[in-house]
Amino acid sequence: MLTLKNIHWTLPDGEEILKGIDLTVQTGKLTIVTGPNGGGKTSIAKLVSGLEHPTSGEIWLDDVDITDKNITERAKLGVSYAFQQPVRFKGLTVRDLLMLAAGGELPEHRLCSILGKVGLCTQDYIDREVNASLSGGEIKRIEIATVLARKDRKLAIFDEPEAGIDLWSFAGLVDVFERLKKKGTETLLVISHQERLLNIADEIVVVADGKVRAAGPREEILPQLLADEKVGSCPIGKEIQSDE
Amino acid sequence: MNKVTEEILREVSDWNGKEFDGAFNIRENGQCAGVRSTENIRIEPKEGGRGIDIYIAPGTKKENVYIPACVTVGNIDDVVYNDFHVGENADVTIIAGCGVHSDGEGEARHNGIHRFLLDRGAHVVYKEKHIGSGTGVGLRKIDPVTDVELAEDAVLEMETLQIRGVDRTTRTTRGVLKDRARLIIHESIMTDGEEYAKTDFEVDMQGEDSAVDLISRSVARDHSYQEYHSKILGNNRCTGHSECDAILVGEGKVNASPELFAGNLDAALIHEAAIGKIAGEQILKLQTLGLTEEEAEEKIIEGFLRG
Ligand SMILES: Nc1ncnc2c1ncn2[C@@H]1O[C@H](COP(=O)(O)OP(=O)(O)OP(=O)(O)O)[C@@H](O)[C@H]1O
Ligand SMILES: [Mg+2]
Repeated sequence: MLTLKNIHWTLPDGEEILKGIDLTVQTGKLTIVTGPNGGGKTSIAKLVSGLEHPTSGEIWLDDVDITDKNITERAKLGVSYAFQQPVRFKGLTVRDLLMLAAGGELPEHRLCSILGKVGLCTQDYIDREVNASLSGGEIKRIEIATVLARKDRKLAIFDEPEAGIDLWSFAGLVDVFERLKKKGTETLLVISHQERLLNIADEIVVVADGKVRAAGPREEILPQLLADEKVGSCPIGKEIQSDE
Repeated sequence: MNKVTEEILREVSDWNGKEFDGAFNIRENGQCAGVRSTENIRIEPKEGGRGIDIYIAPGTKKENVYIPACVTVGNIDDVVYNDFHVGENADVTIIAGCGVHSDGEGEARHNGIHRFLLDRGAHVVYKEKHIGSGTGVGLRKIDPVTDVELAEDAVLEMETLQIRGVDRTTRTTRGVLKDRARLIIHESIMTDGEEYAKTDFEVDMQGEDSAVDLISRSVARDHSYQEYHSKILGNNRCTGHSECDAILVGEGKVNASPELFAGNLDAALIHEAAIGKIAGEQILKLQTLGLTEEEAEEKIIEGFLRG
């Protein structure tokens, strides 16, 4: 279980990006965070994985306070994060990266199974460099694979896994998330704008303007979101406006 | 052969401790410590022990030649001339490691002057690894000079690697290419401490449809300093590409000055260069996979130099 308690994050120039986030993500359920561009979703993911540090508030993984832990320590506790913008490495191959993710040698059948889950053919990709020659969709899938390759994962965050990925592979990904959920052993947080993913969520959290605008079971939140979409307003938009 | 030589050989030329699988010539402290010719590859000493001539018969296929050189004591300034005469359509691999070791105050220097004379259609893969070792304060220097002449359709692929312990190095490479000849060079170099490395390439594409591909990856750490100068001349319809990528760590400095000369309307020449520190996001990504900052940096550099 992941718990954020009254998280504030202010940039050095004084701009407040997150304005008091309270959030609980249950283990064994699929929680989807959605909301308008620039709302603060990725910022939350960065704070949870330790890439950034909150100005105030607490972050707990199960019963461990990880607020003051660094990135590496959090990773070793089982936090994993598939970036929204994957990083490219001159010289490191897909195999190198997945082995680093797994923390050691990966047998060929494991590599195959991991790459298969993101719809990549092992033979074609395993020795490719993770450099600028990979297409946007390819590198995004490899990024997702680095999280799937992690051992002893307790929390997996996927930041817009659908971005750039074709319809066929996306169907496979939906399947992967459903299986992870069924296994029930980890906390799953997926940041997404995709209706197809929202449809399989257990819980939906709407983040806008640095705040949690709504959170609850899919049955409750989704109809509201879709209604807002029809009238063309921001998700849960009335609340945002009533703030101004 | 002494122990230090044996260790150097293992590291620079894939020596298994027993023997090489092909023709070889081992040079130790300015002298020959072993030589073998094969049916197709003849190794002949030059007069006065100044080096060797290596004659590779036309049509030789898939054979290896090893020519490691080691300087294992201080106060040695070894200069050697090795000439490779590669016959028509031969296809061979040459492995030329070099190690300089110093435990005392004396300077240890190896200066290999290599000439590659490739006949029509010959194909050579040339692998060269340089290391410095030992605890002495004496400077370890390696100053290779390589002269390349490629006849029509000849191809030379050079892979050079220098990763540690060489205090001063100046690498000079000159090439002249005839019609459809191709020269491919992959250079990887890492310097640390107070080391200095200079690379100087000059390739003249005289032949029609000749091609050059020059890829240099370098890492300058601590207070080390590297200079890189390449000059590609396109004097016919030809293609030239050079790519110089350098990573700076700590107080490392790099001066890269690529030069292109097109003396023909149909010469297509490209240069790409990038110098900078390791991208912060690369380190962060590897940290999220459980590596420490130092481990991440090491893996990124290792991959970068290998790639
Ligand atoms: N390091 C930073 N410096 C300046 N502004 C930042 C920084 N990080 C985030 N922001 C700003 O904070 C806001 C939230 O950004 P964030 O990336 O969390 O949005 P998001 O909800 O993930 O959006 P999207 O759906 O477009 O991915 C944005 O306005 C962004 O410009
Ligand atoms: Mg985002």
